[in-house]
Amino acid sequence: MINKYQKQKAAFDQNQIGDGPLTEEQEIYRENIIDHYKNPHNKRKMDHCTFSRREFNPLCGDDVIMYVTIRNNFIGDAAFTGTGCAISQASVSLLTDQIKNKSLEEVKKMTRDDVVGMLGIPLSTVRLRCALLSLKALLKGIELWERGGK
Amino acid sequence: MNQTTKVKNVLPVFSITDFPILQQKVYGKRLIYLDNSATTQKPKPVLQAMNDYYEKHNANVHRAVHVLSQRATTLYEQAHEVVAKFIGAEAEEVIFTSGTTASLNLLAYSLCTDLEKGDEIILTEMEHHSNLVPWQQIAKEKNLVLKFIPLTKDYCLDLRQAKKMITTKTKIVSVTQMSNVLGTINPVPELVKLAHDVGAIFVVDAAQSVPHQSIDVKKLDCDFLAFSGHKMCGPTGMGVLYGKKHLLQKMKPFHYGGGMIREVRWDDSSWNDLPGKFEAGTPNIAGAVGLMEAIRYLEKVGMDNIEDHEHTLTAYALKKLSGISGLQIIGPASNPPTSLKQPTLLRGPVISFVIEGIHPHDLGEVLDKEGIAVRGGHHCAMPLMAKLGIAGTTRASFYFYNTDDDVDALVKAVKKAQELFG
Repeated sequence: MINKYQKQKAAFDQNQIGDGPLTEEQEIYRENIIDHYKNPHNKRKMDHCTFSRREFNPLCGDDVIMYVTIRNNFIGDAAFTGTGCAISQASVSLLTDQIKNKSLEEVKKMTRDDVVGMLGIPLSTVRLRCALLSLKALLKGIELWERGGK
Repeated sequence: MNQTTKVKNVLPVFSITDFPILQQKVYGKRLIYLDNSATTQKPKPVLQAMNDYYEKHNANVHRAVHVLSQRATTLYEQAHEVVAKFIGAEAEEVIFTSGTTASLNLLAYSLCTDLEKGDEIILTEMEHHSNLVPWQQIAKEKNLVLKFIPLTKDYCLDLRQAKKMITTKTKIVSVTQMSNVLGTINPVPELVKLAHDVGAIFVVDAAQSVPHQSIDVKKLDCDFLAFSGHKMCGPTGMGVLYGKKHLLQKMKPFHYGGGMIREVRWDDSSWNDLPGKFEAGTPNIAGAVGLMEAIRYLEKVGMDNIEDHEHTLTAYALKKLSGISGLQIIGPASNPPTSLKQPTLLRGPVISFVIEGIHPHDLGEVLDKEGIAVRGGHHCAMPLMAKLGIAGTTRASFYFYNTDDDVDALVKAVKKAQELFG
């Protein structure tokens, strides 16, 4: 069956200057992203957390505070508050889900590829900053907490 | 003409085929470029002139007697004359810089050397960072006082406050002629009068105005005026600082080096005549050639035609956009239809808006996939965004090559985004 993307591609004159039609893989506002944006998970202020960390993206105005509770070197609970674009909000919503009950060591090894994989959408250089804001808050928060704790 | 009449092809002297970049498709769709406040596209004659310069005439300017240097020098000086004529100045009053930002930094440095603690600099709440941060930093260094003329509820300058704020303590007033966020056109002549009445210097940030309306610096009576070539069909890295001759002569140079000197000894130096005094180092010669050709192109299209066309287009866009529910325009909502060719238009072809429930970057991304280029964010005016209580806006900005088909496409795509996020 030919989908709408294949139809558009077929209709595009290859001799024209510029890019061909959008492919399915290029679509970024997929259902799960919009879902997490509109109904974010773990969006609440946590009063008795182990640490909280705010990160701000001056380019977009994305503003995220992550709250993390650590028990015996495991992430007990994670939550966030803040505002921003769908990518930053979906990213922090997914990340707070993902890290619960994981060991601190495991979480500290998370990289940008993990976040990109978790979102599952193509991200331009500009939007990558929105996506990575939550991970930045998390890792920086852990780093500062460990330094303060020792 | 009714303000919502279709305005296609009102500019018969210009052909869209002059802009190859605008004829491409993105994501298989017609590219609709509505980010002209950030930078404009370049027509073929400008590209051709710059290419010709490098292919046929390239040499460093001044002093050398060989033929290429003579040609390069002639072209470079000619560019000053063309720019000067375009804004009603003399060639010596036109200094080439890398852009508006460089022009304003030059001024902040050179004008503030003689200021003393407590002297006041008046800006407005709608300034671009480039007409704010240079003054702010020099003010911190020298203990000067910065004040900002506030906005009214309808996004215009509060002139009553301006009258109170501009006093004998005021040494410099620096104001944008057209806001890059709100589209508001400020009443420069009135403000110039307020400044001159107290003996203050008046600086115009004309980055957003010179490309869109004919400007006469003598009529405005401003002391300085800064703008960029790339926002008016010219190349990037090429800008202008106009200054009244007697003021430029008094001012200290900003950059030191070759080209700007008359005589150098081990222990002291004297400065070149204007404009060389402020053009240290090898200048952007190809950029000057490009800007000169851009001005010739704009003059062929006609600055009055450009202003009329954009005025009608902006009125049409304002009407269409304000009809979308959940969309709020951040800027003067009206554009009086009677004010065509009037010197005090309320707003220019820049429309900022916010949409309930959709972040400007998400909207920008959805529009991009429809082939529409807009900008989202704080538009280098973070204090203004903070004051308005928003993280950013989506901004559509037009130039003479845009049509109401472009506006229709924008409106359609905004509605599509609303469905997606609805």
